[in-house]
Amino acid sequence: MTWLTWRQFRAQAWVAMAALAALAVTLAVTGPHLATLYRTTRRGDFLNLTQAGSYHVLSLIGAFVVLAVPGLIGLFWGAPLVSRELEAGTLRLAWNQSITRTRWLAIKLGIIGLAAMAAAGLFSLMVTWWSSPIDHANESLLGPAVFGERGIVPIGYAAFAFALGVTAGLLIRRTVPAMATTVAAFVAARVAVTLWVRPHLLAPVRVLSVITQGNLNTYTQHANGPLGGPITVAVGVNSPGAWIVSEQTINGGGHVVASIPQVAACAGNRGATPPCFTRLAQLGYRQLVAYQPASRFWAFQWDETAIFLALALLLAGFCFWWIRRHVS
Amino acid sequence: MTAVLDASGLGKRYRRRWALSDCTLSIPPGRVAGLVGPNGAGKTTLLHLAVGLLTPTAGTITVLGGRPAASPQQLARVGFVAQETPTYAALSVADHLQLGARLNPGWDSKLADSRIEQLGLDPGQRAGKLSGGQRAQLALTLAVAKRPELLILDEPVASLDPLARREFLQSLMEFVAGHEASVVLSSHLVADLERVCDYLIVLAAARVQLAGEVDDLLATHHRLTGPRRDPATLPAGQQVIEASHTDRQSTMIVRTSEPIHDPAWTVEQLSMEDLVLAYMAAGATVGRRPALEVQR
Repeated sequence: MTWLTWRQFRAQAWVAMAALAALAVTLAVTGPHLATLYRTTRRGDFLNLTQAGSYHVLSLIGAFVVLAVPGLIGLFWGAPLVSRELEAGTLRLAWNQSITRTRWLAIKLGIIGLAAMAAAGLFSLMVTWWSSPIDHANESLLGPAVFGERGIVPIGYAAFAFALGVTAGLLIRRTVPAMATTVAAFVAARVAVTLWVRPHLLAPVRVLSVITQGNLNTYTQHANGPLGGPITVAVGVNSPGAWIVSEQTINGGGHVVASIPQVAACAGNRGATPPCFTRLAQLGYRQLVAYQPASRFWAFQWDETAIFLALALLLAGFCFWWIRRHVS
Repeated sequence: MTAVLDASGLGKRYRRRWALSDCTLSIPPGRVAGLVGPNGAGKTTLLHLAVGLLTPTAGTITVLGGRPAASPQQLARVGFVAQETPTYAALSVADHLQLGARLNPGWDSKLADSRIEQLGLDPGQRAGKLSGGQRAQLALTLAVAKRPELLILDEPVASLDPLARREFLQSLMEFVAGHEASVVLSSHLVADLERVCDYLIVLAAARVQLAGEVDDLLATHHRLTGPRRDPATLPAGQQVIEASHTDRQSTMIVRTSEPIHDPAWTVEQLSMEDLVLAYMAAGATVGRRPALEVQR
């Protein structure tokens, strides 16, 4: 069965290996120079260099590859696995050899699932290594834009996407609709976890701070009349690379307000000046910021990987249950 | 000896529709059993139940004394050639033999290789490039080289031209003669089965209409032609399967184990085709007639 699995899978495996090799060569050629540049250039210059030009393009390509690989695995390895055999009728051949269908599925899921995880892991490893100078310079790895393209979490995504594809193929029984469903469901799951699950995996650190020139990130004054208008502000936290999950303004009474009502000291061109901030502090305005420190990167990586691996196992378990009862 | 296929009250429902209902059947070993019926009669459903691709909604089925597809041992004892003889289009003939060898502990590689050679198939050829007849032969090779005790074939020749059809049935019979396997073979064409079967099952309208040894069935069914007569007036031992009348003449197909002495009748032997058509027609009109079994 291992032989048959490999024989049917080898074309896809070669494509994946060719893509891995192409990316490996590209990154191996450019990576050492990027690292040297990081060591020998001032941080600001280094960031300028990598936010434009060929290194920028390469970093985007790397991020895109790691982002896309799990989805592609679900699409081309997962969805057709059962549905194509159902369409061609070849399951009726395969399931009448001297091997139970449970074992057939176990070997298929095991081998190709592991290959999916290995491929995603290797892609991510290469990109994580290559981008490490840029990531160090940016200090931020927790932000939604890069978190999913680094470390071990793509392994979880790949396992999940593969299991999702197999499940869709088993239920829908037709390859093309199963592929479409797989992509849609995978994107939905990734977005949902990023928006609604990841921020709550670990209790965020909360700090209450007055607004100062030093910590100010944004300052917006609405309807700028003679007495000024409502103000909204956002401040940073003293924790490099922190991922700010939420921020609220608290007034002197300890209540959350949507914006700071007009304050004379901040009206007109006096906005965002030291006297304005002093006045806001006197009035009791504070910013309540909830954030995840950058040091939690690996804790988040392990947690989210575990979530997606658990989902993949659930889907695989469902496939075993389904295949014994409903498929012919 | 245990029956190769033993069904009792067997039924399969797809949503609202019963594809097979109340099927009670016992096929003795060592036979080449033909399963005939019109398209949609439930032949594929019955065979899929027998190989464990489907599970029954009602009743039970055992094959060679075991539950279908319950274990690798059970799977090894039954060879199956599915409808349209599916093979992996991207895999070569040699790959298919490799597949068979690796997935079946009882694989007879000598038999497989000699069959491929005899058929003149190029081992390097992809199965997707084979003709329908060649593909059917490849599927049959896979099924027989695992050396099953029972070989089940679902309309294996339906899509083949007459020559390929004859060759396929010939190689099937060669295997049966050489290896003493039992066979269950379905077809909607009686002519395919006439040459090879010694046991007959007629399936129509999701029910078994007739089942028995071909020789017994042919010996106990007669076509009677004579002056017009009401079928109800026939002797008690004569069961009317089909009757048609003109103004002056009646033609009836009757089943009886006793000789027919009435001098008014001209008694004719039935061919297998006549027999099958009579029961298929009866099944189509009566719909819910009870299953008949040969008394022995």
